[in-house]
Amino acid sequence: MGNLDLTFFDWSVIGPFVWKGLIFSLWLTVVATIGGVILGTALALMRLSGKKWLEVPAAAYVNTMRSIPLVMVLLWFFLLIPFAIGRPIGAEMSAVVTFIAFEAAYFSEIVRAGIQSIPRGQIFAGQALGMTYGQNMKLVILPQAFRNMLPVFLTQTIILFQDTSLVYAIGAYDMLKGFETAGKNLGRPVEAYLLAAVVYFFMCYALSWIVKRIQQKVQIIR
Amino acid sequence: MAWDWQLFCKETATGEIIAGCFGKGGDQTYLNWILSAWGWTLTVALAALVVALLMGLIMGTLRTLPNSPWLVRLGTAWTELFRNIPLLVQIFLWYFVVPAIFPALNDVPSVILVILALGFFTSARVSEQVRSGIQALPRGQRYAGMAVGFTTPQTYRYVLLPMALRIVIPPLTSESMNIIKNSSVAFAVSIAELTMFARQAGEETSAPVQMYLAVTVLYAISAFTVNRIMRVIEQKTQVPGFVAAGGMGAGH
Repeated sequence: MGNLDLTFFDWSVIGPFVWKGLIFSLWLTVVATIGGVILGTALALMRLSGKKWLEVPAAAYVNTMRSIPLVMVLLWFFLLIPFAIGRPIGAEMSAVVTFIAFEAAYFSEIVRAGIQSIPRGQIFAGQALGMTYGQNMKLVILPQAFRNMLPVFLTQTIILFQDTSLVYAIGAYDMLKGFETAGKNLGRPVEAYLLAAVVYFFMCYALSWIVKRIQQKVQIIR
Repeated sequence: MAWDWQLFCKETATGEIIAGCFGKGGDQTYLNWILSAWGWTLTVALAALVVALLMGLIMGTLRTLPNSPWLVRLGTAWTELFRNIPLLVQIFLWYFVVPAIFPALNDVPSVILVILALGFFTSARVSEQVRSGIQALPRGQRYAGMAVGFTTPQTYRYVLLPMALRIVIPPLTSESMNIIKNSSVAFAVSIAELTMFARQAGEETSAPVQMYLAVTVLYAISAFTVNRIMRVIEQKTQVPGFVAAGGMGAGH
């Protein structure tokens, strides 16, 4: 292969390939985080509801998702969604649905741990004031729980961003695919993969630095 | 729809159904194939786990050393480097970029490269757990080691690590399960493991549902077995009266 040709590192040449993929990676991260948190909170509340018919299915769903590799879940959904709705929806949409369904299981565990970190006295206090279950959750428990779990939640989001590269398995066009395509078209695959690693590193490093700062802030408040 | 599980008794090249489901001589059924794929998954995962535990333990310990800022920096740099690049990108780095820079690595089998990639990736997470395990110990433990005249290595060997390693068993259990799941990413460089099998056999037989189901079940069994083994280790090594506190963590 010989020496690396670093002149390849020219944004005006590879930008068009990468830009589209970068947008998709970020978009997928944001949508999957929001969707995963909403669905995950619902799952966590089901598991903590104390009602068997809600607990069992939620626990089964979470444990199943957590015992299968993300790549296999991507392949499953890519295979089954067209069956279920009767038409193909494309790799990108399939990836979005998969990530929401998959991340919900992980977010639900974070939310559950967050809720359980709240002293029981807080729940009793809400009940003593005559609050309904919904009011108690919304006004007393969840605001505290979300603050407690913020650092873990943000770390999970960074992992989610890294995992978006796995849409490679079903051929969706994300940032990694963008670099790969640039590398193939310009005949410089080695440099393209190296550059992809550098870009991912700086993005994730910056994000985890921000998480660390937030963690310190939250710790002072507590 | 009736599912045809006899599929697994088919010979992969001719498509004939073989009695007893195991191919003889040069023949290979899908059952043979999926079992060998399972073997590859376990080989890659367990070898990577050894690499991850070894490097993670070293780097995590280095990060807690007193009076050695450069070793602390080395451990931190290692952890940040391997933690902040997606696993798939790291596998491509080892597979395409590293051999291009060091031509001597061209002859190394790709399985070894994938094991190193998965092992180093996971070592960053292990290092993080080991570091917080050591830091979770009361400061008096370190002072106690110094007070009896131990050198720093002795303090770690006899005082800090024995307790810290017990604390990190629960998070290491989930890392060990993660490594089995993460080994699926090796399909991207054509290692003949379970995910690769699912994709190829699913296409060849036009019965992806059965193939995916079998593979999914094998992954679940593997992860569950690892979980039980770690549980046994945890109980065997438990110090009476000492219960490690569980925390929340992010991960896959």
